[in-house]
Amino acid sequence: MHELSIALSIVEAVELKAQEEGGGKISGIDLVIGKLAGIVPESLRFCFSAASKGTLAEDAVLAIEEPEGVGECGECGMKFPVTFYYAECPECRSLRIKIISGEEFSIQSMTIEEGEES
Amino acid sequence: MCDTCGCSTEGGAVLRKPGQSDYHVHVSDGEHGHTHTHDEHHTHDIGHHHQEGTSRKVVIEQDVLQKNNLLAERNRGYFEARNIFALNFLSSPGSGKTSLLEKIIPPLHQRIPVAVIEGDQQTTNDAERIQALGVPVIQINTGSGCHLDAAMVNRAFKELDLQDNSLLCIENVGNLVCPALFDLGEALKVVIISVTEGDDKPLKYPTMFHEADLCILNKIDLLPYVDFDVSKCRENAMRVNHHLEWFELSAKTGEGLAAWQQWLEDKLAQH
Ligand SMILES: Nc1nc2c(ncn2[C@@H]2O[C@H](COP(=O)(O)OP(=O)(O)OP(=O)(O)O)[C@@H](O)[C@H]2O)c(=O)[nH]1
Ligand SMILES: [Mg+2]
Ligand SMILES: [Zn+2]
Ligand SMILES: [Zn+2]
Ligand SMILES: [Zn+2]
Ligand SMILES: [Zn+2]
Ligand SMILES: [Zn+2]
Repeated sequence: MHELSIALSIVEAVELKAQEEGGGKISGIDLVIGKLAGIVPESLRFCFSAASKGTLAEDAVLAIEEPEGVGECGECGMKFPVTFYYAECPECRSLRIKIISGEEFSIQSMTIEEGEES
Repeated sequence: MCDTCGCSTEGGAVLRKPGQSDYHVHVSDGEHGHTHTHDEHHTHDIGHHHQEGTSRKVVIEQDVLQKNNLLAERNRGYFEARNIFALNFLSSPGSGKTSLLEKIIPPLHQRIPVAVIEGDQQTTNDAERIQALGVPVIQINTGSGCHLDAAMVNRAFKELDLQDNSLLCIENVGNLVCPALFDLGEALKVVIISVTEGDDKPLKYPTMFHEADLCILNKIDLLPYVDFDVSKCRENAMRVNHHLEWFELSAKTGEGLAAWQQWLEDKLAQH
């Protein structure tokens, strides 16, 4: 369900921007959704098609980049891949891990069509 | 369509007050109000010749949850300016959020003003339980929505007539997934789990436990009857979030409640 409200906010943001840019149709949207962001890309795609009906973004193709999680050890500074929030430093076994990548969730850019539609 | 007033708001959140069936406010945050001005350019479709369209990349670089985050910061600023300590209570359905509020509010509100925002998909049942304690309460019914957002809370607290130097308890919709993503402007997030759930809950819902500031393990009166390993659960929670504060209590018998109440009193005093 939260993917639907999130899809609606994406549609709202890109439509607003597209209107500022002249009101052309949006053919593509580039998203970054980190693996730890708590968003399931597949449900987002599904909700997006419903959320974008009748808007400038209705035919937009979603390109989703999914950065891997990276943790940094608070004790020894080691950086290592994490797949979940619970992680242990492979170097010193500390649990004081700070997530430095993988929580991203942003709209990077979009492609808008110019000229007349056929 | 809304059953109460017949308006066409679909699935949007509605504010209600217990015992006041005529009170009914739609949270219209403009979230779904798309203005379809692009229709205008279709009007010249007739009679034009079709050129090959060219496409162009537009950089946006915007956080998807930006709108909610900005509004949450406005809520936070408002609470700070008036010295209102806001807590966001989160749990699976039935872990005991309302029961805990029923226990902690009576001894507190003699000295400190307390107000409550209740979030549920339907009914004003929880708001009625709070109203019985004699504190101001407003119910947000999210309909199909499974979490509160900053816009709903913003609208709700304006209906509450909050006092300076007070405590605001926000009970989120019972759900361990989505509410983790939506900042409401609270000072702290309180996640509650009960011993009738699995001790691996923090590992199954890591985002929630990662975001929370403190965790309350509730229903410890039932420990003799269930297979629940308290230290294992605590360890799992700490793995997800090593800053998490931890309390164990029973909202039913009151066991362990004093420690948490003391924590709350201390926070209110520092605040
Ligand atoms: N045995 C026992 N039962 C409890 C305790 N706390 C709550 N309950 C019971 O658990 C059930 C759910 O409690 P609520 O306080 O309504 O839970 P909630 O989290 O507010 O539920 P929702 O708002 O529906 O998500 C009720 O039947 C309570 O009486 C406890 O400490 N021990
Ligand atoms: Mg409740
Ligand atoms: Zn959801
Ligand atoms: Zn280390
Ligand atoms: Zn209505
Ligand atoms: Zn068009
Ligand atoms: Zn939700």
